[in-house]
Amino acid sequence: MRHIISLLLENEAGALSRVSGLFSARGYNIESLTVAPTEDPSLSRMTIVTSGSDDVIEQINKQLNKLVDVVKVVDLSEGTHIERELMLVKVRAAGKDREEMKRISDIFRGRILDVTDKTYTIELTGTGAKLDAFIEALDKGAILETVRTGASGVGRGDRILKVQ
Amino acid sequence: MELTEAQTTELTGAEIVSRCLAEEGIELVFGYPGGAVLPIYDELFKQDKVKHILVRHEQAAVHAADAYSRCTQKVGVALVTSGPGVTNAVTGIATAYMDSIPLVVITGQVPTHAIGQDAFQEVDTVGITRPCVKHNILVKDVADIAPSIKKAFYLAGSGRPGPVVVDIPKDVTLEKANFFYPKSVSLRSYNTVTKGHSGQIRKAIQLLTQAKRPVIYSGGGIILGNAAAELTQLVRKLGFPCTNTLMGLGGYPATDPLFLGMLGMHGTYEANMAMQNCDVLIAIGARFDDRVIGNPKHFAQESRKIIHIDIDPSSISKRVRVDVPIVGDVKEVLTELNRQLDESSDRTDSDRTDDESLKQWWEQIGTWRSRDCLKFDRDSEIIKPQLVVERLYELTKGQDVYVTSDVGQHQMWAAQFFKFDEPRRWLNSGGLGTMGVGLPYAMGVQFAHPQSTVVCITGEASIQMCIQELSTAKQYRLPLKIVNLNNRYMGMVRQWQEFFHGNRYAESYMDALPDFVKLAQSYGHVGMQIDKPGDIDGALKEAFSRKDDLVFMDFVTDQTENVFPMVPGGKGLSEMILV
Ligand SMILES: Cc1ncc(C[n+]2csc(CCOP(=O)(O)OP(=O)(O)O)c2C)c(N)n1
Repeated sequence: MRHIISLLLENEAGALSRVSGLFSARGYNIESLTVAPTEDPSLSRMTIVTSGSDDVIEQINKQLNKLVDVVKVVDLSEGTHIERELMLVKVRAAGKDREEMKRISDIFRGRILDVTDKTYTIELTGTGAKLDAFIEALDKGAILETVRTGASGVGRGDRILKVQ
Repeated sequence: MELTEAQTTELTGAEIVSRCLAEEGIELVFGYPGGAVLPIYDELFKQDKVKHILVRHEQAAVHAADAYSRCTQKVGVALVTSGPGVTNAVTGIATAYMDSIPLVVITGQVPTHAIGQDAFQEVDTVGITRPCVKHNILVKDVADIAPSIKKAFYLAGSGRPGPVVVDIPKDVTLEKANFFYPKSVSLRSYNTVTKGHSGQIRKAIQLLTQAKRPVIYSGGGIILGNAAAELTQLVRKLGFPCTNTLMGLGGYPATDPLFLGMLGMHGTYEANMAMQNCDVLIAIGARFDDRVIGNPKHFAQESRKIIHIDIDPSSISKRVRVDVPIVGDVKEVLTELNRQLDESSDRTDSDRTDDESLKQWWEQIGTWRSRDCLKFDRDSEIIKPQLVVERLYELTKGQDVYVTSDVGQHQMWAAQFFKFDEPRRWLNSGGLGTMGVGLPYAMGVQFAHPQSTVVCITGEASIQMCIQELSTAKQYRLPLKIVNLNNRYMGMVRQWQEFFHGNRYAESYMDALPDFVKLAQSYGHVGMQIDKPGDIDGALKEAFSRKDDLVFMDFVTDQTENVFPMVPGGKGLSEMILV
């Protein structure tokens, strides 16, 4: 099953490689991994999207907790949560396609960030599924380039991941 | 210029390293010098609190520090230079990591400005060691040296122990800072649970008191957690059968009738059968690894309730699902378990262990025992390796003796035939299975216990992996007793080839062996060769009478002997090959 795991870790050189090294050494999947410092500059927050059986997910949680640089781990998928991912897509937008491209972008609430006479660069935010749907909706030949950040997530309501 | 007080106490990074070790109470550092650590060596030279032991290869430095820790429960310390010093040390570090041995390994690094430039003797030490350490630290600021070293000792020795590497660039050891050694460390990201959950302990007691076919299975955690006494109390209180893993030997007295012997790939018939057929299993400081339970699917075929006590939550339900997990320090948990058991046995209404079922279980175990799974031909004209270990045990029984081993058949015979009644007397590489540890392990032990008898049971292939350490042993006059079970084969490899590869002995014959007697002599030691069973006792006695000499005993043993019982890889515990 797909799980989205959030962790707070010391914002120290090498902390990221400890996490990524753990996943590769133990053969766990990483679908996506995002990381950036938090409002407290000594901490980074990481979101990992992974998949595996319950046993594997349990081990992933335990192994992450065991890393000395990892301060806290939560499996967001254990409760309700919000997740968002950002994508930039550069598409062909010349001639008769130009109008159609704008329309699809609007339908998905995309924003056009950059325009040339032959291309649009569209920004889109949403769940991974929404971004996938957008890609699906486009004519494959029209896509020049895509870049996605991977998911970030937070728990809904009172679920807060913070160091006391 | 007038110096303020703060300035007068400024020390170089190298001096800080040396002072930290002294503050930490470190008596011995095992190491090997080189460019990047010369400033540290210079400081060690100038003081006399911390003694440095010069080995002949960095791998041996780490192994010796590891053994020092195994037999004293202190944190071992090794010091090596950058680049090749580190890569040589990696085998030692990984060996310690797999067996959860607390070490601090200080490594030199190229100067900070040269890092990443492919400088001479540069390797990414933090990167290369990351998968085989509990933690590692690159110290980029001289002011961070003392806190980093303190943190390293704390991490290495607490919780589930393990090696910690502190990588210090050369320029950092030459800069100056105020020296202050922190008394303690607290890390928001690192907490160790020590006390077990009392509700879980109660559940465990309920299972134990209802068990009809119980087994107590304990591992290296008992040794590392200093819980042998508590384990012994528990086993005797319950009257349950107990088995130890290779790493756990000595955790329960091997000569006790409740002991079933070692379990696992080369465990006894009775221990493995009891594991497979029990209805309640309590695992203590052990991790159900592949060499212990074989195929986990086969193991799970029999239904049983499992209680698992371990300090590392990630060891629990990793290979085998358990019913009652108890995370905590084994000593504390066992103490509490023993206390609650005493209380519940005072109560009259409690369900007691069903004495009749337990009696039947012991009878069943008795029939398994009568299979005499460790039998071997005692009348052989050629020396049987088992006989050498047995005689060694008989002749040293009750004495102050430590045994180290390498990896192979000889290691298994040592584990099967030497009866360890106390913890920390048996040292070998259980997790990584590193050939070459035997001699440096023996050195580490002899440094820690100069008056004790230290025996290294090895094979002619393993011993050659760190044979250069005979020179270290000479320099420091270590009167080790080396028992080389020389079968002219990488015996364990040959055994697998015989069983599973149609007798095709690919590259397992040890050709061009040295004359070990002369080899020992050339290092200034005593060498003997023994090729008749009748000479075993005499040789051992003579060796032990030479209190000040390292004696290398080269026993010419039967080339065809195999280790039994054997659970073939991937098979279940009850699918043993027997003699
Ligand atoms: C460093 C290393 N390389 C290879 C192996 C694989 N291996 C395991 S046992 C063994 C043979 C050991 O031979 P020897 O030391 O003569 O002991 P014997 O089995 O004959 O008693 C080998 C090669 C290992 N464990 N460690």
